[in-house]
Amino acid sequence: MLQDIQILNEKETRGGFGEGILEVGRKNKNVVALTADLAGSLKLNAFIKEFPDRFIQCGIAEANMIGVAAGLTIGGKIPYTTTFANFSTSRVYDQIRQSVAYSGKNVKICASHAGLTLGEDGATHQVLEDIGMMKMLPGMTVIVPCDFNQTKAATMAIADYEGPVYLRFGRPKCANFTAENAHFEIGKAQLLAEGTDISIFACGHMVWHAVEAAKILAEKGISVELINIHTIKPLDEAAIIKSITKTGCIVTAEEHQINGGLGDSIANVASRYCAVPHEYVAVMDTFGESGTPNQLMQKYGLTKENIVAAAQKALLRKAK
Amino acid sequence: MERIELKQMATQVRRDILRMVHAVQSGHPGGSLGCSDFLTALYFNIMERKAGFEMDGINEDIFFLSNGHISPLFYSVLARSGYFDIKELSTFRKLNTRLQGHPATHDHLPGVRIASGSLGQGLSVACGAAMAKKMNNDSHIVYSLHGDGEMQEGQNWEALMFAAHHKIDNLIATIDYNGQQIDGPTNVVMNLGSLSNKLQAFGWQVFEMNGNDIDDILKVMAEAKLATGKAKPISIIMHTQMGKGVSFMEGTHEWHGIAPSDKQLAAALAELPITIYGDY
Repeated sequence: MLQDIQILNEKETRGGFGEGILEVGRKNKNVVALTADLAGSLKLNAFIKEFPDRFIQCGIAEANMIGVAAGLTIGGKIPYTTTFANFSTSRVYDQIRQSVAYSGKNVKICASHAGLTLGEDGATHQVLEDIGMMKMLPGMTVIVPCDFNQTKAATMAIADYEGPVYLRFGRPKCANFTAENAHFEIGKAQLLAEGTDISIFACGHMVWHAVEAAKILAEKGISVELINIHTIKPLDEAAIIKSITKTGCIVTAEEHQINGGLGDSIANVASRYCAVPHEYVAVMDTFGESGTPNQLMQKYGLTKENIVAAAQKALLRKAK
Repeated sequence: MERIELKQMATQVRRDILRMVHAVQSGHPGGSLGCSDFLTALYFNIMERKAGFEMDGINEDIFFLSNGHISPLFYSVLARSGYFDIKELSTFRKLNTRLQGHPATHDHLPGVRIASGSLGQGLSVACGAAMAKKMNNDSHIVYSLHGDGEMQEGQNWEALMFAAHHKIDNLIATIDYNGQQIDGPTNVVMNLGSLSNKLQAFGWQVFEMNGNDIDDILKVMAEAKLATGKAKPISIIMHTQMGKGVSFMEGTHEWHGIAPSDKQLAAALAELPITIYGDY
């Protein structure tokens, strides 16, 4: 099963968003796209060309964009707000909290350029706290798809879900390996490989690195259960409990701060039901910096080698 | 509802506000009293409303309260407009109430379409709702109310620019220009300068009215309504007195967020004789 996972091609997850919103826009006339001067970066051009009357340019004014989106829902629209992840979350947290989450509005907050892989623009733009911020809001769904195909599928699926959603994706080309046109089920963990020795939970860009790490571990005779947690909230607790009850140790891998992200969500479940050794692959409570995406992922410890090392550490702790 | 009845109703609404705030010794009477004439006129005369409440507000005028702290006024007017029983006003700010300290949709209180309280967010929401009306070919109007102190929030200026750029001409945003905020007179805390000039420079059509004069409210709001559909968003600078209707509360920021004592309530209600509509 693990060996069957192969790269189809290399594509940007934001490109999956662009294709997804175009396709869902054709199916659902209530879908409206908003941007804060980043239509090109979010790959909205095809949507704008086909649906100019359903595109709203907000200029560089993200707080207003969130409020406008909340207002649009009242008239039955399904607004997709688009900008970089940092400007989608930390910049507009109170607007999302009051006008969207507390008000229960059907706004889809679509956030590109998340994490270190934004690259050369540096730490001002590399949000690493967004998953934590968004998952703390009551009623907010948080989705972090792993590749182009899954981002496209998630972009379409959220239109059919009534309620606020945070959809996080990224800038660079990366491995596209999930099946094209696969059904995306919000809140359902994706079991990529069954195993017995260790559970690896990953999200976003880190899922492919986890696939590669699992292959390396398999060569060492370690059986990895690999699960893509594309929905951080609501969390598929049953799938997590089932896996860690079987394997007895955990590695989590995310392009996010160690505090408040996927790892903490998994640890929360484990501590309540079946605490086992757990190692984190995440950014260790520091800001990023300028560099190429690959350089940054290496410097901040977000590679397949880091996942392998974390797994070996977790296995050692389990053995004690 | 005609002028004489509107005046009676505004008096009753003021009684509600004072009794609600007094009952829990908490809430914001000053701005609520100041805007009572306006919101009464809006709901009982100006807005075209459908019976009952539907969140989408399609094919009716809708209203957003941005300065959510004047919730006692909002709740009183909503209840007396028939959105819910006036008896529920007695639950204001109490545990398990739908009448939260600041308005919320969370508990499905009919008449409320967005949470407000954290200031400066309502104009953006009103813009979005107005755009949705245009997309839905719904020719009705979106009304909103904002505090003058609230205009210190930067998001308003994003929304002002946005509304003019997108020619949102089915929106009438009223600013309660009472010149007071919690810490004192607005021109001392953070001077707003000429709001009228600023709004016009942002591309809005601006009206001014006396928000404590029902006749002037009806006249100016009618003019404003006539000005919709002309490619410009509309704002009304509404001159009011904070605390209007209770002599010892008028014109000062002292009653922004203070509840009256038993004695003060009695004195205040004596200035606002009970009406044909009756207390809740």
